[in-house]
Amino acid sequence: MSKTYKIKKGLDLKLQGAAEKLVKEYRPKMYALKPLDFIGVVPKVILKEGEKLKAGQQVFYDKKRENIFFSSPVSGVLKEIKRGPKRVIEEVIIEADEQQEYIDFGKEALQDISKEEVTKKLLASGLWAFIRQRPYDVIANPEDAPKAIYIKAFDSAPLAADYDLMLKQEIPFLQKGIDVLKKLTETDIFFNLHKKINQQNMYSELKGVQTNSFDGKHPVSNVSVQMSCLNPLNKGEIVWHIDATDVVAIGRLFEEGYYNHAKIIAFCGSEVKNPRYYRTIHGASIEELIKDELKQDNVRVISGDILTGTKINKKGFLSAYQNQLTIIPEGDHYSFLGWILPGFKKFSVSRTYLAWMFPKKKHKLHTNLNGGERPFVMTGIYEKVIPMDIMPMQLCKAVLAEDIELMENLGIYEVVPEDFALAEVICPSKTDMQHIIANGLEFLRKEMS
Amino acid sequence: MRKFLDKIKPNFEEGKKLHFLQSSFDAVETLLFVPNITTKKGSHVRDGIDLKRLLIVVVIAAVPSLLFGMFNVGIQHYLSQTEYIGNDWKSIIPIVGFWQIFFYGFLKILPIIIVSYVVGITVEVVFAQIRKHEVSEGVFVTCMLIPLIVPPDIPIWMLVVSLTFALIFGKEVFGGTGMNIVNPALLTRAFLFFAFPAFMSGDKVWITQSQDAISGATPLGSAAAGDISSMPSIMDMLLGFVPGSVGETSFIAIALGMLIMIFTGVISLRILLSVFAGGYLMALVFNLWGANELMLIPAHVHLIMGGFAFGAVFMATDPVTATQTASGKIFYGFLIGMLGIMIRIFNPAYPEGMMLAILFMNIMAPLIDHVVVGRNIKRRLKRLKIKTN
Repeated sequence: MSKTYKIKKGLDLKLQGAAEKLVKEYRPKMYALKPLDFIGVVPKVILKEGEKLKAGQQVFYDKKRENIFFSSPVSGVLKEIKRGPKRVIEEVIIEADEQQEYIDFGKEALQDISKEEVTKKLLASGLWAFIRQRPYDVIANPEDAPKAIYIKAFDSAPLAADYDLMLKQEIPFLQKGIDVLKKLTETDIFFNLHKKINQQNMYSELKGVQTNSFDGKHPVSNVSVQMSCLNPLNKGEIVWHIDATDVVAIGRLFEEGYYNHAKIIAFCGSEVKNPRYYRTIHGASIEELIKDELKQDNVRVISGDILTGTKINKKGFLSAYQNQLTIIPEGDHYSFLGWILPGFKKFSVSRTYLAWMFPKKKHKLHTNLNGGERPFVMTGIYEKVIPMDIMPMQLCKAVLAEDIELMENLGIYEVVPEDFALAEVICPSKTDMQHIIANGLEFLRKEMS
Repeated sequence: MRKFLDKIKPNFEEGKKLHFLQSSFDAVETLLFVPNITTKKGSHVRDGIDLKRLLIVVVIAAVPSLLFGMFNVGIQHYLSQTEYIGNDWKSIIPIVGFWQIFFYGFLKILPIIIVSYVVGITVEVVFAQIRKHEVSEGVFVTCMLIPLIVPPDIPIWMLVVSLTFALIFGKEVFGGTGMNIVNPALLTRAFLFFAFPAFMSGDKVWITQSQDAISGATPLGSAAAGDISSMPSIMDMLLGFVPGSVGETSFIAIALGMLIMIFTGVISLRILLSVFAGGYLMALVFNLWGANELMLIPAHVHLIMGGFAFGAVFMATDPVTATQTASGKIFYGFLIGMLGIMIRIFNPAYPEGMMLAILFMNIMAPLIDHVVVGRNIKRRLKRLKIKTN
C-alpha cells in the first residue's frame, strides 16, 4: 500500500436516511436507456418500437461517433421511444421477458486477443459507453491514448452507496475487468481507496493497479481531486475514468461472454421508509420500488446523490453512471420571514443561523432554493470546498464571458461540473455553478472540434 | 398574509395591468416570505443562507456601534454646553440622566437613518424596476452604515444629494449590488467631504452644536493640530466617549460587531487582520521617525483612534469591493492599513485617511486580483512546460 493523500478542504453533509447494509432483490418489468445521461451524445435508434431484443443488443448509437453503441441491459421488447421537447429522445423503454436471453459475445482468453479485438468487443457490447474521459466528462474515444485510467471505488457524496458492499461478491470479475483495461493501455491504472470508507484489505489481492489511499471529506471521491493529487491533467492530455461497478460488468463480459449489467444500488434519503440496498439491473424502472416506500408524496426522486444526481419522476428509470436513488422532500413552500428568524433548524454551513449550536445533527434537507438568485457577492468561501488549485469564481466568470483562453488558463480541463456541486450548495447568491461549468465545457467542446 | 399575497400576485404577472411593478411586488413578497422556488438544475439542496441573511448579519453587527453612537452623540452634546463645563462623561451621566442623553442622540440620528433608507430603497427599487430585476438587498447594509459615518448635524438635503449620487454613480451604473467598484457608503461620505468642504471640514462638525456651545475637537483633529496633551485617555477611546462620527468612536462596540461577523463567517479574517497589521507596522515606522507630534502617537493608539477600526471592520471587508483572491486579500488589507495611517500623518488636512485609503484600494483591488490570478495561470503553464520538456 502506498502513501495516503489527505484532503483538507471539503464538506460532508450529514443527512438522514442512510441505507441499511441489507441487500434485497429488485427485478422490475420495465427498463430504459436514457440518451441524455451521456453528455454530448446524439442518439440514433437502430430498432423500432415493438421489436424483440436480447440483453446486450445494440439499441442506439451516437450520430457524432458512429462506433459508440448503447445496448439493452435486458432481453424483451422495445416498448416505446419516448421523446421530449424538440423531439429529443428521452427514454428508450424496454419491457423485460420472464426468461432472459443474452447475446453471446464469446469467451476468449485475454492473452490470445489483441488490443483492437478488446476494443471492438467493448464497443459492440455497449460497455464502452461506461468509460469516460477527462476533459469534458464525455464517453472516451477508443483511438485516444490516455495518460492514466482511474477506477472509482468509493463515493464520499452524501448518503453515497458503499462500494465495499457492492463489490464484495465481485472481486474476481473486478480483477478480470482490470485485466481488460490493462489490455487497452500501457499507462497506470489508479484504483484509489478511502482510508475510512473502504476496507482496504478487501482489495489487497488486486493486480495490475496502483492503489492509493485517500483521506478527507467530500469531494475526495471526485476523480478531479484525486487527479490533482496524483498527476494533474494538463491541456491536451486525456485521462479515462470508470466506475468500479462498471469494471465488474466488463469483467463479466469477458469471463462469461454476456452483457450482464447487474448492480447493487443504495435506496436512501429522508423520505424512504426502509432505506436499504437493492440488487437490480442498470436502467431499472423505479416505479415498483418506491411504491410503498415513501413517507409522503411531495418528494423529489433523484437518481444519484443530492449534489449531482438527475431529477427523475416517480415512474422514471435509474440513470447510467449512478449507484444510488435518493428521495428527499420537495421544498416548494414559503417560509415566513425565514431569512431574519434565528433559524435553529435551518441547515447552513455558515454560522449565520443559530443551527450551528447543533453540529452533530443529521439534517432532513429539502429542495428549496432558500433565497433568490443574485450576482456573486461573497468571496473566499468557494475555495473552502474545492480542494484543487482552481479559482472557482474566476473560472465561472471566465465561462460566463466565454473567454476561451482564460478558461483554459484557469484550468477548466481539470474540472467537471460535479466538482462545483458543494460550492453551489453553499453559495449565498444561489449561482448554478454546475450548470455554468457544464456550459463552459460544452462550449469548448464545440469550439475545439 | 400569505393568502393575501397569493390573491394579488396574478396582477403582477406578464401581460397584466400591474406588471410594471413586478420588481416591487417581488421585493415585498420575498421580504416577508422566503420564496417557494426549488432547485431546477445542479445540486438539489442548497444552503439556508441567502444574500438577505448574509447582509442582515452585517446590519446586526452594526447595531452596537449605532446604539453606542446615539448615546455618545448625547454625551458630546451636553459636554459642549457651557453650563456643564468642567464635567467629563462619567460625571455628566448622573447630572443629565442616561435616558435623556440617549434620547437626544436617538432623535438626532433617527432622521438620518430614515432618510438614508428611504433614499436608498427608492433608488434601488427604481433601478430594479427599470432593469426588471429583483430588488437587491445590498442597500440594507449601505443605508445602515450611512448614519454611522456622517456628522449627526448634517442637513438632510446634503445627505439626500450625496447618497443619491453615491448609489447611482457608485453602484447602479455598474449594474447594482455585486458589480460596484467602490463602496457606496464610503463614496457618500467622500462626496460630502469634497462637495461641501465648508460644512464638512474642521473637526467641530462631529458634535451637535447649539448656540452657546464651546468647541470640541476629535482626538485626531487635536493631534493633527499638534496638541497631543489634550488627547483623551486610551480608556476613553476604547469605550468611545470621544467626539467623532457616530459609529467610529467606540472600539469596543465595533469589536462586538466584528466578533459577530467573524464568527458567522461573513467577513474575511484575512482582510481584517492585515488591515490592522498594516496600520500597526506603518505607525511603528512613523514612531521611529518621530518628526512631529502626530508621528509620536503610539502605534496601538492609532488603531483605536478615529475611523481606523470602523473602516477596517465594516468598510474594508465589503466582499464586493475588496479583492477576491486569498493572497490578494492580505495584500489589499495591508495596503489599506498602511495608506490609512500614512494619509492621516502626512496630510493633516484629511485626518480621516481611512476613508481615502479604502476608496483608493477599492479601485486597486481588481489590479491586485489580476496579479494573483496571473500567478495561478503561470503555475499551470509551468506544469505544462515541465511536461513537454
